[in-house]
Amino acid sequence: METIFINIEEFLTSWMVGMGLAQPWADLIITILQWTIIVLIITVNTIVLVWMERKVSGFIQERIGPNRLGPFGAFQTIADTLKLLTKEDIVPARADKLIFKTAPMFFIIVSVMLYAVLPLGNNMAVVDLNVGLFYFISLASLSTICLLMAGWGSNNKWSLLGAMRSVAQMISYEIPLVFSLLGVVMIAGSLNLTDIVTAQNRVWFIILQPVAFIIYFIAATAELNRGPFDMPEAEQELTAGAYTEYTGMRWALFFLAEYTNLVAVSVLAATLFLGGGHGPWLPSWLWIIIKTYLIMLVFMWTKWTFPRIRMDHLLSFSWKVLIPVSLANILVTGAGIELFRWMGW
Amino acid sequence: MIKTEPYTINIGPQHPSAHGGLRAETIMDGEDVLDVIVHLGYVHRSVEKIAESRTYAQFVPYTSRLDYLASHLPTLGYVQAVEKLLGITVPERAEYIRVIVAELSRIASHLIFAGSLAIDLGATTGMIYCYRDRERILDMFEMSSGQRLIASYMRIGGVSHDLPDSFYPAVESFLKDLPAMVSEYHGLLSGNEILQARCQGVGVLSADEAIAYGVTGPNLRACGVAYDIRREDPYGIYDRFEFDIPVGGSGDSWDRYIVRIKEIEQSGRIIAQALRDMPTGDYQAKVPRIIKPQAGREVYHRIESSKGELGYHIVSNGTDKPHRVHVRAPSFVNLMALPLVSRGGKLQDIITNIATLDPVLGESDR
Repeated sequence: METIFINIEEFLTSWMVGMGLAQPWADLIITILQWTIIVLIITVNTIVLVWMERKVSGFIQERIGPNRLGPFGAFQTIADTLKLLTKEDIVPARADKLIFKTAPMFFIIVSVMLYAVLPLGNNMAVVDLNVGLFYFISLASLSTICLLMAGWGSNNKWSLLGAMRSVAQMISYEIPLVFSLLGVVMIAGSLNLTDIVTAQNRVWFIILQPVAFIIYFIAATAELNRGPFDMPEAEQELTAGAYTEYTGMRWALFFLAEYTNLVAVSVLAATLFLGGGHGPWLPSWLWIIIKTYLIMLVFMWTKWTFPRIRMDHLLSFSWKVLIPVSLANILVTGAGIELFRWMGW
Repeated sequence: MIKTEPYTINIGPQHPSAHGGLRAETIMDGEDVLDVIVHLGYVHRSVEKIAESRTYAQFVPYTSRLDYLASHLPTLGYVQAVEKLLGITVPERAEYIRVIVAELSRIASHLIFAGSLAIDLGATTGMIYCYRDRERILDMFEMSSGQRLIASYMRIGGVSHDLPDSFYPAVESFLKDLPAMVSEYHGLLSGNEILQARCQGVGVLSADEAIAYGVTGPNLRACGVAYDIRREDPYGIYDRFEFDIPVGGSGDSWDRYIVRIKEIEQSGRIIAQALRDMPTGDYQAKVPRIIKPQAGREVYHRIESSKGELGYHIVSNGTDKPHRVHVRAPSFVNLMALPLVSRGGKLQDIITNIATLDPVLGESDR
C-alpha cells in the first residue's frame, strides 16, 4: 500500500517505453498526468471541503447543515456548482476588462502551482525541488497580486478597499510566516520538503518548535484571508471586498482558489510540523490526508468562533507581537542547536 | 505628483450591515472616517399620516410595525396613550400581562441587538446563539397572540386574549435558563478579546453630548446616566417592581453592549415578579365600541422602549379618528449621534457604532 502510487507511475513509464516511446516523451506524459490528477484532486476535494465546512459550521452553531440532497446533504455542493455554472457572467461596464477577467484565472493558477513541491506521501512530490519551501513561500505571496488585480479591475470602491487591505495584510504577515518557518529549516538543515520530513523521523517539529507552529498558524490564517482575518472579503463591512463585482464562475474560481490555498497551507503545516507522512500502521499518503484534514478542521473551528479583527489591530498585532516573537524564536532555536551540538547529542 | 484625496462611500441602503434601509454617506481618507452623513427615509411608510384616516382601534396593528423587533412595546405605548386620552382604567390582570409580554419583547430586542452586533463584527456563531434563545420568546408570543413577530396583542383597555395555560411553563423554563444563556453570551461574545478590542473605546459618547443630542435608552445609560422612564415617570404598574438600572461609564460601544446584556437580566427579574403577583380577573376593560374623545384634547405618553424614550403625541378632533398622531421614535434620535461617534474612527468602527446604537429603521423612518 505504501508505494502503490509510485508503483503505478513506474509501471506506466516502463509500459510506455516498452511500447517504443522515447524516455523524455514518456516523462512528459507522466508529468501531464500528475498535474491532471492534482487538479482533479483539488476540484473533488473542494467539493468535500465545502460540504465539510457547512457541516462543521452547522455543528458549531447548533444547526443541522445541508441534509436534503443525497446522504447527509453530500450533493449540495455539486448542486451549488451547477447553479454557479449557469449564472450570468457580468462584467461591469466601467471595469478594466482585461485585468478583471484574468484575475480569477491567475489566482487559481498560482494556487494549483503550490502543489508542485508538496510531498503528498513518501517520495510523492511532483517536483523534488531543493528549495521547495522557498518556492512555496514566493508563490503564496503572489496570490495577493491577483486580489489586487481583482480589486483594481472592478473599478469599485469596496473592491479597491478590500484589495488594499489584502496588500497591507500580506506585507505584515508574510514576514512572521517566513520567520516561523526558519526555525524548522534551521533544525532540518534543508529547504527541501522531503528532507524536512525525513528529519522528523524521530520527533515531530511541533514538539521542538511549538511557538513557530502557533505563529505559522496565525500568519497562515491571515495569508489565506480566512476568518478572523478575512479583511479583503469582510462581508459585513465591504459587502464582499475584492469579490464584490464578480458573479458566476469567475467568483467560483476565487472560491475554489481559496480552498485550494487552504489545503496547500494545511499540507505544508502537516509536512513541516506534524511529521509529514510519518506515522504507524497506515501508509504515508493516508497519514498526510488525516493530518491535513485535522489542521483544516482547526482552521474552520477558528473561523466560525471568532469575530473579525480590526484592520489597524491586525497590523499592529503582526508588527508588535508576531515579528518580535518569531525573531526571538529564531534566536532560541539557534542557541538550542548550538547547545545540543556542544552536549554532543 | 502623488496626492491623496478624500472619497465618499455609501454604506447602505443596500449593505449587509445597514440594519434595514439606513444609508450612511461616509467621507473617508483611506480607512479613516472624516465625516458621516445619515440619510433616512428608505422604509418610510407614512405611518403617522395613515393614523389620521384610521379609527383609534384600527391604528393599533400599525404601531406593531414601527419597532418590529420588540413589537409589544410600541403597541403598549400607543394603547396607553389612548387610554390616557379617554381616562380608561385597565384591569389589574391586563396590566400584569402587558408587563410580562413587554419585558419579553425587550429581551427579544436586546437579543437581536447582541446577535446583530456579533454578525456585524463577523462572529456568525454569536448571532445564531442569540437568535436561538429569541426563538423561544417568539414561540411564547405565538401562544399568547397567534403571531410571532408583529403581534398586535395590546388592545385599548387591555389585551386581545388572556394568556393560555401553556404560556406559564414556557416562560418559567425560559426564566430558569436565562442565567445560563447570559453566561453563554459572556463566554462566546463578551469574553472574546477581538470583540473587546473592536468595541472598547470605539464610538465614545459623553454624557453631555448624549443629553444634548436627546439620546435615550440603553445608549444614554451606557454614558453613565441612570435615566429610565420606568423609574423616572412610571407608566402602567412599573412602580410596583424591583429592578436595577444598569449603567455604563465611558459611553463606548462596549458599555452599550454590556448595559443591554445586563438589562436582559433585569427584565427577567421583572417578569418573575409579575408572574408571582399576577391576579386573576378580567383582561379587558369596558371600552366604548366607537371611541370619540372630546374635541381638542391632546395627550403625550412616553414609555421606555428597548431603544429609548418612545412617545406618542395624540390630538383628537372629536371624531372617531385622531387629528394628529406623532411618534417620538428613539431610533431616529439615537441615529443622529452616529456622525458624532464615528468621526475620527475607522471604517470598521462605523459598523460597530451602527450595531451598538441599535436603530430599527422601521421606527426611525415611520
